[in-house]
Amino acid sequence: MKTEKIRKYSYFPGCAMDGTAAAYKMSVHEVAKVLDVELIELEDWNCCGSTASASVNGVASHSIVARNLALASEKEWDLVTPCSSCYTVLKNVQANVQRYPDLKVRVEEVLRNGRAPYTFKPFLNIRHLLEVVMQDVGLEAIKAKVTRSLNGLKVAPYHGCQIVRPWFTFDDPEFPESLDRMVKALGGEAVEFPMRAACCGASLMLSAPDVGLDAVRRIIDCAEKAQAECIVTACPLCQTNLDAYQGRINRRLGTKYNIPIFFFTQLLGFALGIDPKALGIEKGIVPQETVLLKRWPLGDEALVRHLSVRS
Amino acid sequence: MIGIKRDNHRRKPAVVRDRPEERDFVREVESVPGGETIRSCIQCGTCSASCLFASSMDYTPRMMILLTKANRRKEVLSSNTMWICASCYLCTVRCPAGVEITSFMHALESLAARDGDGKDRSAALKLYSAFMDSIRKNGRVHELGVMLDFYRRGNLLSAIKALPVGLALFARGRIPLKPIRIRAAKELAAIIESAESETGGAR
Repeated sequence: MKTEKIRKYSYFPGCAMDGTAAAYKMSVHEVAKVLDVELIELEDWNCCGSTASASVNGVASHSIVARNLALASEKEWDLVTPCSSCYTVLKNVQANVQRYPDLKVRVEEVLRNGRAPYTFKPFLNIRHLLEVVMQDVGLEAIKAKVTRSLNGLKVAPYHGCQIVRPWFTFDDPEFPESLDRMVKALGGEAVEFPMRAACCGASLMLSAPDVGLDAVRRIIDCAEKAQAECIVTACPLCQTNLDAYQGRINRRLGTKYNIPIFFFTQLLGFALGIDPKALGIEKGIVPQETVLLKRWPLGDEALVRHLSVRS
Repeated sequence: MIGIKRDNHRRKPAVVRDRPEERDFVREVESVPGGETIRSCIQCGTCSASCLFASSMDYTPRMMILLTKANRRKEVLSSNTMWICASCYLCTVRCPAGVEITSFMHALESLAARDGDGKDRSAALKLYSAFMDSIRKNGRVHELGVMLDFYRRGNLLSAIKALPVGLALFARGRIPLKPIRIRAAKELAAIIESAESETGGAR
């Protein structure tokens, strides 16, 4: 048997993976195994602070992120995160400490005031998990491992904002197409989706619910009009906002939105033949099972039996 | 056409005298990383036209830059604009003059937080503070803890409205009750404290 090369990365999961994005955590774990990607979690990493901390205190927010960068600097691997917010924050802080020498001095001072001295590399390759899957693993290798085609499933490829902005990295900042290409490679159909890189409203859902709900409504509405059967995303917060608030929008507006929101690792894992339960398919507020059952009515007996449990 | 109510309490721009203590506001903003990029603004309005949330803001992003340059400290820092900004960076990648509008918004948030201008009106600041407290305590964010803390800071009505969503998430095992505490939590708290004492609570 041919042993394939295992790719190693430092892994920064982000806080949501142990809470609202539990399904992301499960599916990333499973998919990584099949794709021969080894994600080595940064030991004792701390929260990146997201946008919240960047807004409240500059030096503190840069310092807590710098601690993570220092932890990653001890390893030789690229630093990978599945969370778009962590991704942008980590990249921002790394760039800022290089760009503003005064800030760097203060951050280093502050880190010394903690217990252990930390030093960080001037440049660490910080990458989104989607980027790693698309660029390092590649769609050809993935296609070769697909055992359960998506059978023409109509998917709205929702990339979200911070995965492509403000950093011009692996995809276009306004019209990213990574998820389109992945869905097609898995045998699905990516629908026309102009809202692909729009903002989901992020924490406005809590701080200004009217504004946040409207942002979600626009995205869901666009997917419905494109006749998508589901939406796929690569960000914990996007998934939660789009998934958990459809009911509240329906109650408010009398709409009947009911569109499941998958993490890209869930669809990918499903196509790779992984047991849906291990992918956290049951954790969707809008049931994800129904749409999968519709497409796989025959054949895979065990799958159908399993998926029928809740729907 | 949409039934969702906007919290669109746009206020009329007031005419404020140029008080001496306000004259250095623009310099203060420019001293925060990213804030200095507003110097190259050409007032084209691409940022405002790109913003998904401009209609919910007191002043549009372009107007905020203009007011800052005019040293209108009070209007700028007491407006809701930077708190409505969701940091999607669309304005930043589109700006033809290289202004980092999102970073400028973050700079304004930190100044408003420090000076207390935003405290009364901003739910976002309460949320961000709850978020930071969670990091201080555990080293990681505990979502349930942040939500409870946020609602406890005086948002009872929104708490009731948010309850069904919270329960649905809980039922699917997506809201763990117990926080995860990192081993270096104390050390991290010391790092944050050191940064805050050095800067007097803001940058």
